[in-house]
Amino acid sequence: MTGFYTLFYKEVLRFWKVSLQTILAPVITALLYLTIFGHAIGSHVKVYNSVPYNGFLVPGLVMMAMLQNAFSNTSSSLIQSKITGNLVFILLPPLSHFEFFMAYVLAAVVRGLVVGAGVFVVAIWFVPVSLPHPLWSILFGLLGSIMLGILGLIAGIWAEKFDQLAGFQNFIIMPLTFLAGVFYSIHSLPEVWQQFSHLNPFFYMIDGFRYGFIGASDVPVWQSLAVVSGCTFVLTVIALQLIKTGYKLRH
Amino acid sequence: MSAAIHIQSISKSFGSLKALDQVSFTVNQGEFFALLGPNGAGKTTLISILAGLTRADSGHIQVMGHDVVSDYRHARRAIGVVPQELVFDPFFTVRETLVFQSGYFGLKHNDAWVDELLENLGLTSKANVNMRSLSGGMKRRVLVAQALVHKPPVIVLDEPTAGVDVELRQSLWEFIQRLNREGHTIVLTTHYLEEAETLCNRIAMMKQGRILALDDKTHFLNKTGKRELHLRLDSAELPEQLRSRCKSQDKDTFHFTLDNLGELEDIMSLVRMAGRQIKDISLPEASLEDAFVRLMQESQS
Repeated sequence: MTGFYTLFYKEVLRFWKVSLQTILAPVITALLYLTIFGHAIGSHVKVYNSVPYNGFLVPGLVMMAMLQNAFSNTSSSLIQSKITGNLVFILLPPLSHFEFFMAYVLAAVVRGLVVGAGVFVVAIWFVPVSLPHPLWSILFGLLGSIMLGILGLIAGIWAEKFDQLAGFQNFIIMPLTFLAGVFYSIHSLPEVWQQFSHLNPFFYMIDGFRYGFIGASDVPVWQSLAVVSGCTFVLTVIALQLIKTGYKLRH
Repeated sequence: MSAAIHIQSISKSFGSLKALDQVSFTVNQGEFFALLGPNGAGKTTLISILAGLTRADSGHIQVMGHDVVSDYRHARRAIGVVPQELVFDPFFTVRETLVFQSGYFGLKHNDAWVDELLENLGLTSKANVNMRSLSGGMKRRVLVAQALVHKPPVIVLDEPTAGVDVELRQSLWEFIQRLNREGHTIVLTTHYLEEAETLCNRIAMMKQGRILALDDKTHFLNKTGKRELHLRLDSAELPEQLRSRCKSQDKDTFHFTLDNLGELEDIMSLVRMAGRQIKDISLPEASLEDAFVRLMQESQS
């Protein structure tokens, strides 16, 4: 347990030491989105009947910030350690693949939740937000951070260079996030695109998270929970296997 | 008592390059063992497999009786590796680095030993300095300390003194020798042959993924057989009978190569018979470098 705890603490301290970049920056970015989208297009976009656009947008932005930062934490820590070579300090000790996995993913969850809380706290200064089902939001926030933390772990293990990681982020994570309904309800999309959205696991995370805020969702919240849990489980199995076999870590 | 390191027919290829080819040998507990060889001989690959950083294609390695793959937890606890590359984590201070490394090995309260390591490696004044701002030599010391946080019975140093100043080399070796006296097994790869010569008991020489030779240091040196003899006489003229045996001459000093030490007797008596006086004589000890160079050349032909 000490091994796991140390690695977890090291990973938390790593982002904490550069919190200007890892916590404050994403909060500011989310705030910019809120200002621009809320004011510029808020009055033109119709979401659910009784929900004001800003109240719809805030949970989307909170979730997006959590997902991106959870991904970023594991992936950038791993790629930096691989490229600078200091990953040997993690590979030489008797850490099990499970300890390795848990430490990296939980640190990513902590970063995701801290950034998410930051965006939330700042946003409610500007936008009146209600939270009728907080437990649902917490559950989806946790699951989403875990899933993206694991995805970041896989991407960090797979990538050998910074540009490969950037590719993963730009061509997979970003489109899936932006097309998941952060800024719009998928009911406003043409039928075909709605169908496509249902193939995107990120959509269920955001839809379920938002349900906690507005009490309405595009798909039933239990369905979202099942999809997100299922995806997280599959990614967990894959990531554990990669670490256990030493894929791209132990040659 | 199990061997410190037991290597059984390890092979490893990277693509078409055969990095290690059926390497086997044993390092006993308490030994100071040197692994020598030119660049690309496979030393670092072998150490990586030993440390679990690289997986062998075939063969087994045990550290203190624990297989490095199937029983990796015990094996890794028993070994401390100083990597060749000067790697560090720029986010943390020296002390943080060492406390984290202790934690990875499951050690919670290791402050006393961390302090002792800092002291012994001359790092005390740098304990709270960020790794980034250390000089290369200082970073190297931290690497050594990191390998020792868990007091491993087996310590492996992969070219620890490459690019390190003389002062550090000496203090580092004093410290490592002390650990060896206290019972730690030391395995060393180095390019500085004189280091291996003064420190180690046994030596393995590698080339192109194979062990060329493995023996006690003294055997290695004796095997070279040939010895150099430098003889300074009372004048720049060599007695007639010795001229054919002399290899070269600097003024009044004559250089001979002896096939064995028995020849020394002949040369001395010839000098005496010629009624000449010896002003100075030196018979340098056979050096590991000679043995090394000769072995490498022999393997080429």
